[in-house]
Amino acid sequence: MELPIYLDNNATTPLDPRVLEAMLPYFTNKFGNAASRNHAFGWVAEEGVDYAREQVAKLIGCTEKEIIFTSGATEADNLAIKGVFEMYADKGNHIITATTEHKAVLDTCKHLEKQGAKVTYLNVKEDGLIDLAELEAAMTPETILVTIMYGNNEIGVIQPVKEISAIAHKHGALFMTDATQAVGKIPVDVNADGIDLMAFSAHKMYGPKGVGALYVRRKGPRVKVTAQMDGGGHERGMRSGTLNVPGIVGLGKACELCRLEMDEEAKRLSALRDKLESALTVLEESYVNGNVEHRLPHVANISFKYVEGEGLMMAMKDLAVSSGSACTSASLEPSYVLKALGLSDDLAHSSIRFGLGRFTTEEEVDYAIENTKKAVNHLRDLSPLWEMFKEGIDLSKIEWAEH
Amino acid sequence: MAYSEKVIDHYTNPRNVGTLNKEAKNVGTGLVGAPECGDVMRLQIEVNDENVITDAKFKTFGCGSAIASSSLATEWLKGKSIDEALAIDNMDLVEELALPPVKIHCSVLAEDAIKSAINDYRVKNGLEALELPKSHH
Repeated sequence: MELPIYLDNNATTPLDPRVLEAMLPYFTNKFGNAASRNHAFGWVAEEGVDYAREQVAKLIGCTEKEIIFTSGATEADNLAIKGVFEMYADKGNHIITATTEHKAVLDTCKHLEKQGAKVTYLNVKEDGLIDLAELEAAMTPETILVTIMYGNNEIGVIQPVKEISAIAHKHGALFMTDATQAVGKIPVDVNADGIDLMAFSAHKMYGPKGVGALYVRRKGPRVKVTAQMDGGGHERGMRSGTLNVPGIVGLGKACELCRLEMDEEAKRLSALRDKLESALTVLEESYVNGNVEHRLPHVANISFKYVEGEGLMMAMKDLAVSSGSACTSASLEPSYVLKALGLSDDLAHSSIRFGLGRFTTEEEVDYAIENTKKAVNHLRDLSPLWEMFKEGIDLSKIEWAEH
Repeated sequence: MAYSEKVIDHYTNPRNVGTLNKEAKNVGTGLVGAPECGDVMRLQIEVNDENVITDAKFKTFGCGSAIASSSLATEWLKGKSIDEALAIDNMDLVEELALPPVKIHCSVLAEDAIKSAINDYRVKNGLEALELPKSHH
C-alpha cells in the first residue's frame, strides 16, 4: 500500500490506464483534425470521435446526435443554462435551481439575473433533497428551465430527478441536470429520467481532464440552445472550436468502462463506504451529513464535532480528503452546501468528505479508519470545546467573542 | 497550501496542552474566538507574587496554524513578566512560524488570548482590565 491514500475522488479521479491506452494514438500518429473532410488524417480522427460519441450515448441512453462535446461540465452547464435562457427568451425568463448546486450552475444563474432572468433558488431539506411541493409551487407560466443536480458533489445525495422532470414538463419547462458526480457511478438514463439537458465530465469517471459533454434532447421536445462560443460551427453549431480528439476518445472509453463495470463497482464501493462510515461513527459526537438512503455509492461526509476540519486534515496527513471548513482570513465561511442542510457553522467546520473510487482498496479504507480515529482523538485532546462538552457545559449558552 | 516546518512541529508535538484551575486566584484564563468562525483558543497563565508567569497552558479548536500559534505563545509566556507578556505582538508569531497571509488571523487570535488571560488575572486580583485594542481582522 502506497501513501498518501487518495480519497478525494469527488474532486477528480485518476485516469484509468485503459483510457490512457485508448487515447495515446490520438496524440501521435492519429493527430488529425476531425473537421478535415478531405484526407485520411481527418477521417481517422473523425472516426475516433464518432466512436466515442457512440460510447457516451450508450452510457446515458441517448442517440449520438444528442451529444455536444465541451471542455468539461462547467462549460456544459454554462452552455445549457445561458443557451436555453437566450433561445427561449420569448417564452419566459424564469429559471428554478437549488441552493446546493455547484458554482458552475449558481454563478451562471447569477450572471443571467443581471441580464433580466428571474431565478428561484430552492432550499433543501435537512437531508439535502429538495422539496417537490416547493418546486411545484415555484413553477410559473414564465418558467423556462428547472436545473437541479443529479448527485451532490459534497454529500452525494441523489435528487429525485424523475419526479422533478415530471413537474417541470407538466408546467411546460425544460429540465436540465448537472450530473457530473452521477454519470458513470449510477445508472443514468435520459429517457427514463425525463432529462432534456445534462452536463457531465470525463475526469470524474477515470477519464482525462479538459473534456466533458452536454446532452441536448432532439426528440420530444427538440431542445435548442444558442451557441456561447462563435467560430467554425462544430458540434451542430452549438459549440465551435476544434475538437479535443484525444480527450473525446478518452471520455468515450471512460464511459464504456463505467457502463460495463458500474453495477459491480457500485456494490463494492458502497460496501467499503459503509464500512468506513460505521467504523467512524462509533466515535462519539460524529454525524453523517445528508440523506443516507438516496445517495451515490462512494461518498461519505462526516462531521466530527468539536474538531476543526482543516486542523483534522493536517493530522490525517497520509489521507487526501477534503473538508467543508475554510479557515482563511479571506473567507471564514464554511461550506454553503452543508449550511443549506441547516448544519450549524461549527458542524460544517468539522466536516470531512471521503470520496472513494475505482482504485480504492479495502486495505486503504482500513488504514483510513485508523488514521482518522487517531486524528480525531488527537485533536479532541487539544480542543477546549471538547473539554467543555465533556464537563457538560452548553456551548450555545457561551457568549463567544466576535472576531 | 504547505505548512512550515515549525507549524508542523508545534502541531504534531504541541507544547503545554492542558488546563489550569480557572478558579485559582493566581490563574488567568482567556477564551477567544467562536466555534462558528472555525477557531476557539483557551489560553491560561499562572502568575507568582513577582508578577512572573510560571506556567502556561492552552487548548485550541482550529486549523494547524491556530494550534501552532497558541502552542508557541505558551512557550514564550513561561518565565515572562506580565508586562513582557503584554508586549508580545502577533507579528512575532507570524514571523517565527512563517505563517502565510491567510493565516495571520490565527496569530491575532493568539495575541488576543494572551491579553484576555492577563485581563482575567488582573480583574481577579482587584486591578482594572486593560483596554484591549480592537483586534485587526
